[in-house]
Amino acid sequence: MTGPRVEGEQTVPIGSNDDVVRARQTVRTYAQQCGLSLVDQTKLVTAASELARNTLVYGGGGRMRCATVRNGARVGVHAVFEDSGPGIPDLDLALTDGWTSGGGLGLGLSGARRLVDEFELDSAPGAGTKVSVTKWAR
Amino acid sequence: MAVERASERLVELLTRDDAVQEQWVTAVSATLGGRISRAELERELSELYQSLVQALDKGGLDWRDEAYSEVRALLVELSRARARHGFTPTETAVSVFACKDVLEPTEDSTAEDVKAYLQLTRLLDSLGMFTIEAYARTREEIISAQAEQLLELSTPVVKLWEGVVAVPLVGTLDSARTQVVMEKLLQSLVDSESEHAIIDITGVPAVDTEVAQHLLKTVVAARLMGAECTISGIRPQIAQTLVALGVQFGDIVTKATLQDALRHVLQLSGAQAPLGGSR
Repeated sequence: MTGPRVEGEQTVPIGSNDDVVRARQTVRTYAQQCGLSLVDQTKLVTAASELARNTLVYGGGGRMRCATVRNGARVGVHAVFEDSGPGIPDLDLALTDGWTSGGGLGLGLSGARRLVDEFELDSAPGAGTKVSVTKWAR
Repeated sequence: MAVERASERLVELLTRDDAVQEQWVTAVSATLGGRISRAELERELSELYQSLVQALDKGGLDWRDEAYSEVRALLVELSRARARHGFTPTETAVSVFACKDVLEPTEDSTAEDVKAYLQLTRLLDSLGMFTIEAYARTREEIISAQAEQLLELSTPVVKLWEGVVAVPLVGTLDSARTQVVMEKLLQSLVDSESEHAIIDITGVPAVDTEVAQHLLKTVVAARLMGAECTISGIRPQIAQTLVALGVQFGDIVTKATLQDALRHVLQLSGAQAPLGGSR
C-alpha cells in the first residue's frame, strides 16, 4: 500500500479579507468535486475560513495549499495553511476552547479541529505556523 | 542639440506620409471588431496623433515631460472610456501600439529612419504602459465603487409586521458589512418603533466564529436598545457546524426559517398571527 496521493494542488495567497473568502471558495470547489456531503462541505469550508483568518490575523498573512487526496478508494480534501508569523508558544493552550490572544471567541483553532477528520498543528515561537487538515468523503 | 534633432526626425517620420493616421485608425479598428465606430476612432486617434506630433515638435523624447501632458490626458481619457465599455487591456493598449506597425521600416528605409523608428517605439512603449496603468486604475475605481454599492444594496432592512423588522443577510459577512448591518438595523428599530428584529442568515453560505461573533454583538446592541432579536435561517448543515465549532448563542432565540421566526415574534407580541391560525 502506498501512502495518500495528493492531486491537483492549488495555492491561494492569504493577505487580505478578500483572500479569506477566496480560500473558502477554493476549498468549497474541491469539496464539491470530491463529493463531500453538504454537511461535510460546510464543516470543511468553515474550518478553512477559521484557519485562513488565523493565518491572516495572527500570522500576518501567508498562503493556503489545497488539493484532492486519495488513499486507496477513499478520496478527500487536504488543505495546508502556512504563515511565517510569530508562531504559537503554547500549542495546548492555543487549542483550548475559549482561549484567544486576540479579540475573537477563542473557538477558531479548536473548533476547526473538531470540524475535520485529520488535524495537524505545527508551530514554534518565531518559526511560523503550519496547520494541515484533511476531510474524507464518506 | 542631438536630442532635439532626434525628435525632429520623429516628427518627420510621423508626418511624412499623410496616410499614417488613416492606417493607424484602420489597424486599431481591425482589432476592435467594430465595437467602436470608425468615426469615433478617427476622432480619438487624430487628437492623439496631433498632440503627439506637437509634443515631439515642442520637446524631447521623455513622455513624462510637460510637453506630453496633453498626450497623457488623452490617453487617460481613452483608457477610461475603454475600461468603462468593457474592453480588455490588450484592446486598450492596441490604440497606442498599432502606430508602431504602421510606421515599421521597410527595406528602402534609411539607417536614420530605422534609428528614429526605434526611438519612437521606445516612446510608444512607455505611453502604452501608461495607458494600461490608467486602464487598471479605472477598473479598480469601478470595482471599489461596485463593492460600496453592494454593501449598501445587500443589507436592506424590511418591515415585516407592526413592530417587527427583518434583515435578510445574503453573502459573506465580514466586519465592514456587519457594521453596516448593525447601524441600519439599530436605526430602523428606532425609526419604525419596533421591538422585535429578525436577522435571517439563509443566504449566508458559511457561519464561522467571526460571523457568529458579529451576530452576537448585533443582538446585544439591539438588546441594549430594548429590542429583542431572533436569528432565523439556521439550516441543518449550519447547525451541525456551529455545534462542532462550539459556538453558543446562549438565550438568543434561533429558528430554522423566517416563517418560524415571524410566528414566534408575533406570538410573543400577542399580535394576531395569521400563520396556521396560532395565537
